Amino acid sequence: MPGWLADLLWTYQNVVYALGINGLLALSMYVVLAVGQLSLGQAAFMGLGAYCSAIMTLKLNLPFLVVLPVSCAAPVAFALAIGVPTLRLSGVYLAIATIGLGEVLRAVYLNVDWLGGALGLSGIPEQADFWMIYGLLGAALAVLWLIGRSGIGRAMEAVREDETAAQVMGIDVARYRLGALVASAVLAGLAGALGAHTSSFIGPNEYGFEPAVSILSFALLGGIGTPAAPVAGAWILTLLPELLRGLSDLRLVFNGVIIVIVVLFLPEGLLAVRMRRRAA
Amino acid sequence: MTALLQTRGLTRRYAGLLAVDNVDMTVRANTVHALIGPNGAGKTTLFNLISGLAAPTQGSVLLDGRDLTALPAEARTALGVARTFQGVRVFGAMTVLENVLTGLHARRRTGLWAAVARTPAFRREERAMVERARAVLEMVDLAARAEQRAGALSFGEQRRLEIARAMAPSPMLLLLDEPAAGMNPAETASLAALVRRIRGLGTTVLLVEHDMGFVMDISDVVTVLNFGRLIFQGPPAETRAAPEVLEAYLGHKVAARLAELAERSSS
Repeated sequence: MPGWLADLLWTYQNVVYALGINGLLALSMYVVLAVGQLSLGQAAFMGLGAYCSAIMTLKLNLPFLVVLPVSCAAPVAFALAIGVPTLRLSGVYLAIATIGLGEVLRAVYLNVDWLGGALGLSGIPEQADFWMIYGLLGAALAVLWLIGRSGIGRAMEAVREDETAAQVMGIDVARYRLGALVASAVLAGLAGALGAHTSSFIGPNEYGFEPAVSILSFALLGGIGTPAAPVAGAWILTLLPELLRGLSDLRLVFNGVIIVIVVLFLPEGLLAVRMRRRAA
Repeated sequence: MTALLQTRGLTRRYAGLLAVDNVDMTVRANTVHALIGPNGAGKTTLFNLISGLAAPTQGSVLLDGRDLTALPAEARTALGVARTFQGVRVFGAMTVLENVLTGLHARRRTGLWAAVARTPAFRREERAMVERARAVLEMVDLAARAEQRAGALSFGEQRRLEIARAMAPSPMLLLLDEPAAGMNPAETASLAALVRRIRGLGTTVLLVEHDMGFVMDISDVVTVLNFGRLIFQGPPAETRAAPEVLEAYLGHKVAARLAELAERSSS
């Protein structure tokens, strides 16, 4: 790492890490929106990844490179448990079920002493670094980009546009939706584990309804035309409060106004470029 | 002549209404077979039962002797059933070519990892699919619009695109739901030519249509439904004269009067 980058990283470490982690969360939102589903479970998946990884590190002393992949297992299990019964339903049902999941888990974190209760878990070693975060973000972007341009990306868009017509094309709609929810859980779980191992503290209120909505707003702001769009949305919404420090308490109002304006006037998001869905 | 599609005792009940009532229908291979009947006769429900978008209350659907009844729509597509919809349902945000490529979904053999790794097999398959899609677009006269957004096409073009998308995997059976609706005479004539070409390619066509001129012109066999029941099946000329068909369309009084007039003019 060149000296100037190391200096920058040291000065703005928290923001730099947050940009990477929120980028992963934006992609986790993107994969479900890409198949026409509205899930608000990304924060819950992130919380599961964060708590699992923190427990493995703090209580079992496992190395982080083992902890990171294993901590995705819990969100994946929950994605399957919630996905199988709800994916046949359409519209807001999945959104409501996933909000419910988030609230149930918050209550569990709050009330189980072993999980730190209301005080949360602290003293988590800072084992995630710049390269891990941005390596995973880059890999996720590349994989989603390659998938998006293949027949799988076409099938995903078909499912989003017209479920019945997609089915008649021979696309197994339920399988695509479940696959997207599981992929979303993996990405959010990774983001949660990375987040826990950069901030040294996690608490039950970090994974509730409010973060769920901010993750959704990343994708709303950027759009879902390409995987890069929601990441850009996440970066803008992460940097904005830093740039608007002068506005202090009005920052959130400003944030909200920007989202409303985008939803009203740019329903496809700021980056409304659609990717080519073919690889030949 | 072999039976390509058979329905046996096919029944669909919706809360007291028998939308399709014990229908035994046989569609022979390499024919254009029309399904007609007054509004609400159960034609679209029958289409949904054949394509798998609705499940029958009773009875079975056989394609080429194979029982499809328990299979979901996507599995039937893989076995050679294709369809279009009443109105049009193209994927509007996709390009014309991507729509047809999506129609080839059931033919894809390479999976997720091949797509991510961009394996030679994946690239070969994608190239072959693009080639096939262009050939099908050529057939419906849309090759020049391949890279345009499907939603930007005219209604008639979207309908041709929908037929191309359904024909892409060379299905055994193509179901067309009111393909001539809203078309002018010139468009209807070119649609008739297209349907004949499709039959020439070895795909059997079953169509629902209200344009009787079109139906009589291109069909080898006509099946008539009324109140969910199959009331007549035969060649177009016989269908036109069948008293039970006239009655279904016109009511028994008008039908009786017509029969009377026909008798008087022939004597």
